[in-house]
Amino acid sequence: MLEHYLSLATKAIFIENILLAYFLGMCSFLAISKKVETSIGLGFAVVFVLTITAPVNWLIHTYFLQDSALAWLGLPDIDLSFLNFIAFIAVIAAMVQLVEMILDRYFPTLYISLGIFLPLIAVNCAILGGSLFMVEREYTLAETAVFGFGSGLGFFLAISTMAAIRHKLRYSNVPSGLRGLGITMLLTGLLSMAFMAFSGIDL
Amino acid sequence: MALDSKSKQAFTDPLIQNNPITSQILGICSALAVTVKMDTAVVMTLAVVFVLAFSNTIIAAMRKWIPGRVRIIVQLTVIASLVILADQVLRAYMYDISKQLSVFVGLIITNCIVMGRAEAFAMQNPPGRAFMDGLGNGLGYGIILIAVAFFREIFGSGTFFGIPIIPQAFYDAGYANAGLFVLSPGAFIILGLIIWGLRTATKYEEA
Repeated sequence: MLEHYLSLATKAIFIENILLAYFLGMCSFLAISKKVETSIGLGFAVVFVLTITAPVNWLIHTYFLQDSALAWLGLPDIDLSFLNFIAFIAVIAAMVQLVEMILDRYFPTLYISLGIFLPLIAVNCAILGGSLFMVEREYTLAETAVFGFGSGLGFFLAISTMAAIRHKLRYSNVPSGLRGLGITMLLTGLLSMAFMAFSGIDL
Repeated sequence: MALDSKSKQAFTDPLIQNNPITSQILGICSALAVTVKMDTAVVMTLAVVFVLAFSNTIIAAMRKWIPGRVRIIVQLTVIASLVILADQVLRAYMYDISKQLSVFVGLIITNCIVMGRAEAFAMQNPPGRAFMDGLGNGLGYGIILIAVAFFREIFGSGTFFGIPIIPQAFYDAGYANAGLFVLSPGAFIILGLIIWGLRTATKYEEA
């Protein structure tokens, strides 16, 4: 049983890295990966929020929105699954707000170090993507929690590696049209090739 | 309806010169995953153009009544409703393609282009002009998407819209499809090269 979760986590972190294999969260990845410290801050925030929102959205999907999910209310014929998108994005926005308030109250140092990244995360594709993948792949609650955590960790790894590479890149002479976004995309391609080396690993 | 010059500019400017992907760095999130084949890229482009044009129009029409502090939630609600509409239509009429697009239609909600244009353009401009801006940005996004898909499908699978175009003689002579282009690194690298080309052509330079 444990092996199953381990293998799911490895898959989410390395083989099917949410950023390098599914291209989710590219916007913040490109914008934030200029400095190592800030990218680590964003990475932590993503791990944190993704681990919380994926299971919460699972509960909402399973007990309210899924086909015949409202059977416990005596309404077995209702299928609200078309409301998935709007419910998920609302849950994510609300959770981010809640997490922000809790951190501010009880863990002020962590709150200050995450800074503006917490609110930004509400519109990060990786967070919504995590919830949508969980629905599409029909995970159970425990699998969803592992998947959410693993995806967050994968994002963290990718963005902090990229920030370190871009830090080095500042001292090299890049052709003018390629500077900034262009070279970053090429590097991401190489990084994603490196992560592909993990495919085939099965625990 | 004759277009005034500002509306025309709002439409043509984002096509190449101020392209949302290559110069504004918006919307790359969902741009790459759907570019393995031409047909998914085209359908995705249509969905984004639809959502972007109408979200811009609706938000521009409501801009005077949206309170500044809750505008993000209002924008997200408008966008999410339009995306649900697009998703339901795709599911009803193009089931196979909607299966292939999987979660990426839903991810238009968090596509930075839609939020970015709502925030940067629609909140300050009248609905007509905002509609043209949405159309232009959607198509500018689509051009890049289709360009990436064009190279990925031809080099990766040797087909174009699913029709084989590389002659059998090539394969007999030892030509093989480059599997790398089907996988994610191919998308990153092609997009990097396209950005390089476009930025050199438009003389855009990043500080």
